[in-house]
Amino acid sequence: MEPDADTSTPGRITRDDVAYVARLARLNLTDSELDGFTGQLADVLDHAADIEALDLDGVASTSHPLPLSNVLRADVPGVGPADEADHRLFCDEVLAAAPAVEESRFRVPPVLGEAP
Amino acid sequence: MSALSLAGSVRSGERSARSIVEEHLAVIADAEGEINAFNLVTADAALDRADRIDGVVAQGGDSGPLAGVPVALKDNMCTRGVPTTCGSRILDGWRPPYDATVVERLDAAGAVIIGKTNMDEFAMGSSTENSAFGPTLNPRDTTRVPGGSSGGSAAAVAAGFTPLSLGSDTGGSIRQPAALCGVVGVKPTYGAVSRYGLVAFASSLDQIGPFARNVADAALLLEVVAGHDPLDSTSIPAAAPDLLGVLDRGVEGLRVGIIEEISGSGPTGLEGFAPDVQARLAEAAEALAAAGAVVEKASVPSTVFGLSAYYVIAPAEASSNLARFDGVRFGLRVDADNTVDMNTATRTAGFGDEVKRRIMLGTYALSAGYYDAYYGKSQKVRTLIVEDFARAYQSFDLLLSPTAPTTAFPIGEKVDDPMLMYLNDVCTIPSNLAGHPAMSVPFGVGDDGLPVGVQVLAPANGEPSMFRAAAVLEAVAGGPTGAMP
Repeated sequence: MEPDADTSTPGRITRDDVAYVARLARLNLTDSELDGFTGQLADVLDHAADIEALDLDGVASTSHPLPLSNVLRADVPGVGPADEADHRLFCDEVLAAAPAVEESRFRVPPVLGEAP
Repeated sequence: MSALSLAGSVRSGERSARSIVEEHLAVIADAEGEINAFNLVTADAALDRADRIDGVVAQGGDSGPLAGVPVALKDNMCTRGVPTTCGSRILDGWRPPYDATVVERLDAAGAVIIGKTNMDEFAMGSSTENSAFGPTLNPRDTTRVPGGSSGGSAAAVAAGFTPLSLGSDTGGSIRQPAALCGVVGVKPTYGAVSRYGLVAFASSLDQIGPFARNVADAALLLEVVAGHDPLDSTSIPAAAPDLLGVLDRGVEGLRVGIIEEISGSGPTGLEGFAPDVQARLAEAAEALAAAGAVVEKASVPSTVFGLSAYYVIAPAEASSNLARFDGVRFGLRVDADNTVDMNTATRTAGFGDEVKRRIMLGTYALSAGYYDAYYGKSQKVRTLIVEDFARAYQSFDLLLSPTAPTTAFPIGEKVDDPMLMYLNDVCTIPSNLAGHPAMSVPFGVGDDGLPVGVQVLAPANGEPSMFRAAAVLEAVAGGPTGAMP
């Protein structure tokens, strides 16, 4: 996918675009799903193109309704398990909800393929 | 009976919390099979809790402002040790290791949590048809949707399963189902209610709020759950506003504007508003004027573009938030030979179509080459909406619109056409983008006999005057509307 620096509305989303995006999002789509989703995503993006009518030059971006600032709590014990025994209990509860666990850690299949 | 009088009767010892909980469990047993408002009814835990509250009352202790009152929680709010599914197979069976802040506040107020309510998967939808656990039906007419995504919470209150429930509202997910089910639904100011323990959909838009059968009960519940929480960095550092204390102050002298662009009442703006919905809005405006408000037309031009901006911004945030569902730490895992294939197999099996659609839409809008054209522009439109509202609120204290363009629509009518479904949210989305409060109040019925909701909008932290107007509308509309089951 070639990066396109300008901000004009790109061409209609294609089946290949959707397949690429699905891969990025870690989703497997069947051929018929790809067809269906391509049409539906195109419909939504076509509707979004109505903002082309607006002059947005020089308009600031809003990413959040509140003026956000970093929030730091006082550096005193408070939130979270009070002592080591409670901490152990909390970790056990978290691990109990995991699909696979080994020695107090989340267990996953190999991340890197085995060497050929 | 209202939540306020139920709590009063428990506090005075006139009624036991157990009898109240048993009464509601009986209504649930009778009709839940048809409505499917709940993913889980926590009957045993609720009865135990009711007994503990009765114990406090017997010993002369303070049992709290919600003493013995059942409250249902949308199933995207974490409850320690109690399954929390978000309406998704990917979280089926997951038991959170902690309680959401709203759950702790309900506990401290003497409320009895009675169950977890059905919802569109991860709160993505306007009909509660996108749940992995089957659709919820509208108690006013079971051939219709209850709205969504908090359709279970709205239906549970409308059906009399519980006097109160909590939902979450990202683009209208409390207000629209409230309108379609004929109950009161409130989206508070962004940051008024802690999001700690609310499973995130779009973090800059999500807000928890109450459902109730009357305005005073909604005020009571909001007062309990609102207020600063150090565990949510976006929580407003202020105490909960006094709402019950101002409810009877009326609207004398308040300036109220009907938003032309999202009510079908102006020369420009959106179309598709049903004539019966427009008629109820006009009557609501007259009612406020008769009560002493100054009512005029208002223009908030960029609200027309809210839907376009929202359906880029919300999916963009969702695509990032939902990356955590990868089969590693909680919920479903579908095994595979390596981790990436396991992630992919898990997400493919665990998410439904609407969630996949929005994740892909958001991923696309954030990807190289498209970011500026879609996400960047949408953020600028968001600024225009904030500025247009600020301009309107120089002339008005409150704004008015329909909550939804139509009454409840038939099940299955829009589920295969996402864009048609999204158009339900045109009136509610602008408040989320601006971070403002807004609420839906039942106001009469449409030609089909189904409830119509009127939306009252206010500037940030404007809940007190918003509730005053809602109380006036409720008094004129004359209480609950539409046929009960």
